[in-house]
Amino acid sequence: TLPERTNLAGVQHILLVLSGKGGVGKSTLSTELALALRSAGKRVGILDVDLCGPSIPRMLRVQDSAVHQCDSGWVPVFVGQDKAISLMSIGFLLERPDDAVVWRGPKKNALIKQFVTDVAWGDLDFLIVDTPPGTSDEHISTVEALRPYKPLGAILVTTPQ
Amino acid sequence: SSSSGDEAVRDKRARILSRGLPKQKPIEGVKQVVVVASGKGGVGKSTTAVNIALALAANDSTKEVGLLDADIYGPSIPKMMNLKGNPELTPKNLMRPLKNYGIACMSMGFLIEETAPVVWRGLMVMSAVEKLLRQVDWGQLDYLVIDMPPGTGDVQLSVSQNIPIAGAVIVSTPQDVALLDAHKGAEMFRKVHVPVLGLVQNMSVFQCPKCKHETHIFGADGVRDLAKTLELDILGDIPLHVNIRETCDSGQPVVISQPQSDA
Repeated sequence: TLPERTNLAGVQHILLVLSGKGGVGKSTLSTELALALRSAGKRVGILDVDLCGPSIPRMLRVQDSAVHQCDSGWVPVFVGQDKAISLMSIGFLLERPDDAVVWRGPKKNALIKQFVTDVAWGDLDFLIVDTPPGTSDEHISTVEALRPYKPLGAILVTTPQ
Repeated sequence: SSSSGDEAVRDKRARILSRGLPKQKPIEGVKQVVVVASGKGGVGKSTTAVNIALALAANDSTKEVGLLDADIYGPSIPKMMNLKGNPELTPKNLMRPLKNYGIACMSMGFLIEETAPVVWRGLMVMSAVEKLLRQVDWGQLDYLVIDMPPGTGDVQLSVSQNIPIAGAVIVSTPQDVALLDAHKGAEMFRKVHVPVLGLVQNMSVFQCPKCKHETHIFGADGVRDLAKTLELDILGDIPLHVNIRETCDSGQPVVISQPQSDA
């Protein structure tokens, strides 16, 4: 059983965005979906687990933001016109936005576990999880870490090619 | 002086750290290895790698060229080179590469069903990459072109730590988020001491087949600007042309099927 007050306890629905193939528009779709849900009055968060190529901070123009700590863990960055969408990405933890993250699997897995359990999301209707291309460490770790919270499902993005 | 003291500490640290790493050893019979990478997915690495391999062979018919598809998760080379089937084993238990258009090819795609996903963690991927490098009967090759997966992780590290690489070609589209990742890709190669030969700007411009109006769908010249920042050459500028995609999807890459076209 889960401890009473975990950081994901207040999140109603978790949605993953996957593709297998790179460059088909996962990050673009995740961002637009979050914005659309927000316009429909929902409370939305985005978790960007693409550690090698985090695109979401740039898409929402917050690449220069920093992440702060609170009692329950990391505070996500608030974005969007009304600052009402929360976002966590490795992009905020880099010293410079173009620093390369050249890590092997085990190190990536450790950070992803932290992103899932140590970000103080608060109460959200939807948490959208943007993934990198492929079907590897990031995906396995993300699904394993999210499993106790019963994600709603995954959206698969592809181009016709 | 303090700077030479610092250098001595740095050297010692590098020596200690490198003790745990695999020893770099060239693949027998392979003269030069060129890797095609990007950082970003979907910018045209496989398309470029395939056409580079074919162009190298077309430019000099005395050269033997091989093509290794290191994208374990999404191998595209079998489809683009119109190759299918499990590789045979030589008497020495090495895998025989499949050949088409004169290029010797090896890919994860030949070892699994077309639609079977490879859901593996890093350590298994490392061992698969080793097999694709060392347990293949490449023969005598002047060039081995390696198509990398997107990202800057296990596969890139494994390949660059295992074999000496003559140079890396980084492919990107002019789009900002692609350039960001291409920059990281270039930095990754710098970290592992692989020379970057230059950048390829792909999908640079689209020309309407009806009215000939040109649109820069992914932005204009972003890659040229990045090349200037990183002090790298632009090796090529490729338009977004329906023929390139069509010929790859049908397994007859554009360098072979339409050598005279703009692409």
